[in-house]
Amino acid sequence: MPSLERRAQPSTMMMFASPVIAAVCMLITGYLLFTLLGKEPLHAFWVFFIKPLTSAYGIGEWLLKATPLILCGLGLAIGFRASVFNIGAEGQLTMGAIAAGGVALHFQGLETAPWLIPLMMLAGILGGMAWAVIPAFLRTRFNTNEILVSLMLVYVAQLFLGFLVQGPWRDPDGLNFPQTVMFTSAETLPLLMEGLRTNLLFVIAIGLVALSWFFSHKMFAGFRMQVSGLAPAAARYAGFSEKRNVWLALLVSGGVAGLAGMGEVAGPIGQLQPIISPGYGFAAIIVAYVGRLHPLGVLLASLLMSLLYLGGETAQIDLGLPSAVTGLFQGLLLFYLLAADIFITFRFKAANHPVVPVQPVTTALPEEQS
Amino acid sequence: MITDQLIPIFSSTVAAATPLAYAAYGELVTERAGVLNLGVEGMMLVGAIAGFAVTSHTGSLALGFSAAIIAGIALSLIFAVLTLTLQTNQVATGLALTLFGVGLSAFIGKAYVGMSLDGLHRLNIPVLTDIPFVGSLLFHFDILVYGSILLLFALQWFFNRSHWGLVVRAVGESPASAHAIGYPVIRIRYLSILFGGAMSGLAGAYLSLAITPMWVEGMTAGRGWIALALVVFATWKPMRILLGAYLFGGVTILQFYGQGMGVHVPSEILSMLPYIVTIVVLVLISRNPKTILLNQPMSLGQSFYPHT
Repeated sequence: MPSLERRAQPSTMMMFASPVIAAVCMLITGYLLFTLLGKEPLHAFWVFFIKPLTSAYGIGEWLLKATPLILCGLGLAIGFRASVFNIGAEGQLTMGAIAAGGVALHFQGLETAPWLIPLMMLAGILGGMAWAVIPAFLRTRFNTNEILVSLMLVYVAQLFLGFLVQGPWRDPDGLNFPQTVMFTSAETLPLLMEGLRTNLLFVIAIGLVALSWFFSHKMFAGFRMQVSGLAPAAARYAGFSEKRNVWLALLVSGGVAGLAGMGEVAGPIGQLQPIISPGYGFAAIIVAYVGRLHPLGVLLASLLMSLLYLGGETAQIDLGLPSAVTGLFQGLLLFYLLAADIFITFRFKAANHPVVPVQPVTTALPEEQS
Repeated sequence: MITDQLIPIFSSTVAAATPLAYAAYGELVTERAGVLNLGVEGMMLVGAIAGFAVTSHTGSLALGFSAAIIAGIALSLIFAVLTLTLQTNQVATGLALTLFGVGLSAFIGKAYVGMSLDGLHRLNIPVLTDIPFVGSLLFHFDILVYGSILLLFALQWFFNRSHWGLVVRAVGESPASAHAIGYPVIRIRYLSILFGGAMSGLAGAYLSLAITPMWVEGMTAGRGWIALALVVFATWKPMRILLGAYLFGGVTILQFYGQGMGVHVPSEILSMLPYIVTIVVLVLISRNPKTILLNQPMSLGQSFYPHT
């Protein structure tokens, strides 16, 4: 049996190659899956990955769906780099949507109010942050696991949204549907181009990619967080505060997730409904890892993931496949990426070679502090 | 009569607690061996649909539950290969397993939405069930409820009295030492992960075959995560898992009886209770770092690769 041998140095080449390997493996699995389901695989691939992008409208939808993934992915990546595992972005997104929707409902009926959209953005950010404050406070004050707390809060946020649209915020003329009134044009994000649904938030998300890169690579606070993730002992020795990192990571990721929620209700949806996201907050976890926790990587991974969402919808219509195939591919992609990542720090070695003692790997690998 | 209400409340508490207990037992064994598997929710969902699908085709509950166990094992095997053989990060891999399980179960389950079947029946134990009050209170459950109690004693015995239980604990505390003495750390961790998968699959099938015999997308509704929290709550001790499960089961069924008892709170707000209680309990347990640090397996979440 071949065994693993640690590389003298992590392979930079493999760092960039492994997402590609993962994507190829996902495609191969897709090929098998489509064959198994009795679909012509090449046609299915075309429907899934090419057809959605053959029209200007399709490209607009692609960028529209990428927007919340970019936003949530950027925020999560900042935290993951510092070993702060906020996995409740879905809940923070929901609270952002509720806060922004609340502002829209409060100022309902205003025809021209250029300040309303910025105010809704602010409300969205604050709503997401408020939800992220809870795991941040409990972790820093009571040492409570932020993974479990942020996740429990997803369910609470979704139930709260359900309560609002069923009860106090329900549209009285909505034929008893659990939804609020439609937002007016003053409460909807301006579109980038006539005929497309892509809106202003996509541009903001691209701007945040640049800002996030600047923060992570040029600012001391970003460096401090990186060190805390890679070498907690060194960070403690240097006097970097763990609590500050937890707060920073959760507030930033909560804020951008909230902004993403605002973007959904003030964008394509245009009102509050019981369900406002097909799991963007969870898909963003995959985005962050596939994007190598790097802002530019997050951008590319978001485009890939939003194509999966879009392709899933096209495949549902054209091939009669359940839309859940999207989630299946998303999960597979992360599996393959994690598996391919082993070649960054290890290489395979034939077993019959004499074994040279290498340094023990009992401590976690650089990227594995948890 | 108060007793007329007491029996259904008690029995639905136990029913709600049973899947939590199974899933948490599985995760307890996994974590005692030093492995943190955050994929419980995904394994439960795949177990739920596998059990439901097989039972609806074969009509056999036994085959359904077996299929659920096998499905849970299969999923946990992916996790084991990735984290143990390929040395991936346990947190990321566990999250991936949950995301994958959610997608896979929804994908398979599409064909079964809206179907229902005859679920697991309660036992009628001769003589015992016929005892007034006590009989219907204690001796009128399905077989898996009794199984969850038996499993508790089995685990107690395993960890405290048996040789291999001690070895599992040693592997979780210090894999390097266990390896040095000559125990197969990786193999033990494999088996612990697979046991966790089997129990999660069974727990999922209990939802789709016993509590509500049907398939609903995402029907675990966070119970896998609550099971993970239960292990922390129990400070890695089997006895407290069952206690915790009954506590959470009680909170879960409060939402059904709350309205009947004249509590005028919207159902969505009552449904938040289990999640909020989970957070509160986690805070209470984690507040004192000693309870966590003294009991948590030392190598929890860390990779280990023996060099022979």
